[in-house]
Amino acid sequence: MAIIRARGLGKCFRVADKQPGLGGTLRHFFARRLKDIPAVKDVSFTIESGEVVGFLGANGAGKTTTLKMLTGLIEPSAGEVEVAGYRPFRRQAAFLRTITLVMGQKQQLIWDLPPLDSLRVNAAVYGISEAEARRRIDELAEMLELGEELRRPVRKLSLGQRMKAELLAALLHRPSVLFLDEPTLGLDVNAQVRVREFLADYNRRTGATVLLTSHYMGDITALCQRVLLIHQGQLFYDGSLQELTQQLAPYREVCCDLGAVYPPEAFRGFGELESLAGHRVRLLVSRDQLTGTISRLLLTFPVLDLEVNDPPVEEIIGRLFREGAVA
Amino acid sequence: MGRYLRSLREFWSSSLAIELEYPANALIELLSVLGNLAGSVVVLALFYGRGHGLGGWSWDEALVVLGIYTLLDGFTSTLLQPNLGAIVNHVRTGSLDFVLLKPIDSQFWLSARSFSPWGLPGVLAGLALIVLAARRAGANPSLLTLLGTTLLLLCSALILYSLWFVLAATSIWFVKVWNATEVLRSTLVAGRFPVSAYPPALRTLFTLVLPVAFLTTVPAEAILGRATIPWMLASLGMAMVSLGLSRGLWRHALRYYTSASS
Repeated sequence: MAIIRARGLGKCFRVADKQPGLGGTLRHFFARRLKDIPAVKDVSFTIESGEVVGFLGANGAGKTTTLKMLTGLIEPSAGEVEVAGYRPFRRQAAFLRTITLVMGQKQQLIWDLPPLDSLRVNAAVYGISEAEARRRIDELAEMLELGEELRRPVRKLSLGQRMKAELLAALLHRPSVLFLDEPTLGLDVNAQVRVREFLADYNRRTGATVLLTSHYMGDITALCQRVLLIHQGQLFYDGSLQELTQQLAPYREVCCDLGAVYPPEAFRGFGELESLAGHRVRLLVSRDQLTGTISRLLLTFPVLDLEVNDPPVEEIIGRLFREGAVA
Repeated sequence: MGRYLRSLREFWSSSLAIELEYPANALIELLSVLGNLAGSVVVLALFYGRGHGLGGWSWDEALVVLGIYTLLDGFTSTLLQPNLGAIVNHVRTGSLDFVLLKPIDSQFWLSARSFSPWGLPGVLAGLALIVLAARRAGANPSLLTLLGTTLLLLCSALILYSLWFVLAATSIWFVKVWNATEVLRSTLVAGRFPVSAYPPALRTLFTLVLPVAFLTTVPAEAILGRATIPWMLASLGMAMVSLGLSRGLWRHALRYYTSASS
């Protein structure tokens, strides 16, 4: 069953067009020139209940704007959107109870108080009885490995602990659709992994639908079977992550540790040199030439160690956008 | 309704907990209330000490007005300043997103979320001054008068709240409107004295445009037994209209909210 449906979704922002400098500032103050900037154009997709979908795109591609239209924070300028059977922008209470939004760069917990105080407020606002709230907090705290941190002022928590507490606060009302905007922003690798594991676990246990944006491709590869790729406000790709990488990257990455240091020219004819740092070299080799290139490498250089990987997804997507292949 | 009451309890108990995290603040606020009150009494005493009156009000009657001003100022520090003053920041930083996504009236959340106990001394001092001064002015209010006065005081609070909320709501378009709320707060200062003490032009302004007259003078006349039905109705009407205006404007404003981008 489709739980999120967007058809021809678009959003134009009216922004001030200010010239730099004092003259520009004065002119801007007296006669504000405005121009319409399309942030999202004609985006259509459906998401089935229980899916975990990654939302990819460069900064300013329109991910957050789309997320805000899906949660009902801003009104679409064009098209239609339906989430769990509701029109989001009406923000009916029943709709708000079924969704949640977590933003990596904004927080809802009260800064000076322990998370438990914020949780009490949320329980009251959502009309969750105290006993029930306590039960849910215990359950989520266990999944998130939070303990006495919930009794410490938020300002004294580490970023990772704070993010986990934010997740707890966002999930207290048991939403069935989760919108996560950069939920692992700024976290160290360990904390990222823990948040990821929790989200996967939560999705498995509750069957909740998750739409997630992230700069860390690790989040996407670990969690999402499907990705939506948005570029300059338009939906560019909708499908499995694996297919995307294969389609966009007919390469593999070959990493070698060499017994000696070589100049970059030495690797001419061995695919594309991705990086060379001391004894370690990384080459992008097209799939059909992979075996031939590797055997030549082994013959030409004193290879101590050799690894063949799929290139990192951010590399692929970055390359895609740089080369303008999207046009 | 029960959910709103329980929310209010949690709102205020968490605000109290925040305030108590910073105890030094308590003392400063208390001193500032007492300082302000003393300052106002001195200014008033200067007028009367030299034989000047204020718009036909006796010293004790003028003190009633000052008491109501102090009460409203306390209300402002307790509820309006901490809540409505925060709206601008919510809009600027985009934390309004979290408010809008809660299944509760957003105007209620924004207006009642915080509670600052440090305005309470002002409220108490104001009440004390009203009772004391009204007694000395020879007022002997009946139960009906007291009820009427209470109603008018509620109207004052509503009018003040609505005006402030309207100004804060415009931050959706203009983002920074601290200056506007500052202007409002300083206009309220005009309510320290009976409105008849001002020249006719200002009097009209304070009645029709910035309803300072309704804030302090009208309730003061009520407790002194001089209230007239038309003024009371006007006050009630003013309160209802400004409350309705604030709700309407807020709904309208939210259509323009674009949320701070990340």
